[in-house]
Amino acid sequence: MVKVRCLECDRELNVPDDAVDGEIVTCPDCGANYEVARSNGKIMLKPAESIGEDWGE
Amino acid sequence: MNMNMSRGNLNNGTTISIVFDRLRWEEKELLDKALKLGYNARLVDAKDLVFSTDAIIKDSNGNGNGNTSSNKTSINPDGVSLGDVVIQRCISHYRGLYITACLESLGIPTINRYSVAEVCGNKLLCSLALAKHGVSTPSTYFAFSAEKAIEIANGLGYPIVFKPIVGSWGRLVIPVKDREMMESIVEMREEMPNPLSKIYYLQEYVRRPPRDIRAIVVGDRVITAVYRYAAEGEWKTNIARGGKAEPCPISKELEDTCLRAAEAVGGGVLGIDIMEDEAKGLLVHEVNNTVEFRGAASVSSVDIAQEIVSYAMKVVRA
Repeated sequence: MVKVRCLECDRELNVPDDAVDGEIVTCPDCGANYEVARSNGKIMLKPAESIGEDWGE
Repeated sequence: MNMNMSRGNLNNGTTISIVFDRLRWEEKELLDKALKLGYNARLVDAKDLVFSTDAIIKDSNGNGNGNTSSNKTSINPDGVSLGDVVIQRCISHYRGLYITACLESLGIPTINRYSVAEVCGNKLLCSLALAKHGVSTPSTYFAFSAEKAIEIANGLGYPIVFKPIVGSWGRLVIPVKDREMMESIVEMREEMPNPLSKIYYLQEYVRRPPRDIRAIVVGDRVITAVYRYAAEGEWKTNIARGGKAEPCPISKELEDTCLRAAEAVGGGVLGIDIMEDEAKGLLVHEVNNTVEFRGAASVSSVDIAQEIVSYAMKVVRA
């Protein structure tokens, strides 16, 4: 597990070592959603897009 | 580099790209099955892609020699080729639609095709296509002003179903109970800035069991079907709304209905939604272009992701 901080509430989040780019991580405290983004082998989080009117199947 | 690349080693270097913008179970499953089948496969984040008219006349080395070879590319920060075939899996309809247009301009086979995505992503166009091809569908009415929408609803009587023409997961689909409710919905939509809010799609309320059928068509076959039961206290059967899936036998009638519906929208990999009307039999009410299949996969004996990957490879070889 890689430990990163929630950008919203600063809670420590555990991201699996095998998480792939684009995988969603949700903060259990504040509910913020993040996408995993690896950079130079390091796991980073970036805010995920919120649900759009045209989302779906 | 925001791109996950993996390499299979059995199938002669064929590369498959799975384009996504929200990574779901389905996209990871498609990647896994593509690799197990021995293809080079990668997940490509749609949000990182950039296309250019220059790409249409240049190869991936930037040489302006006309794009007639298979070595085509998008112009993205990594300059990575999108390979031999793309499975379009964007959760955003418009993002997926327009990326598909770009991919097709580059000559990259994309599943599903732009014309299919356009029809399936718009309930009005989809209903017209189904009706035109003689596929049984609920009686559906289209109005282009608040006055006519209310007039139609009052004339048909209640309940009646209102649906936005773009959207999914049953979002903003409303069983309208009476005139007062209809007028409130219309008033609300007239205040919305999106011009599509003022296109009114009204459908007969189908008397059906508390379930519908989701069948998955891949190419010329119905590979699996499930019943979707609405969650407790819920009218909509979408798995995304807590609906439960159970296996559904594929009768000859169901198979014929699904294949005709698939043909009506242009074919490919499709999720056909069907209601069992007490009087009229099977009615197709929706065809989905970027089918979510986690619910179906949980109860189906068919490997849905593998079927989709195998179909993609048939498209490359066709």
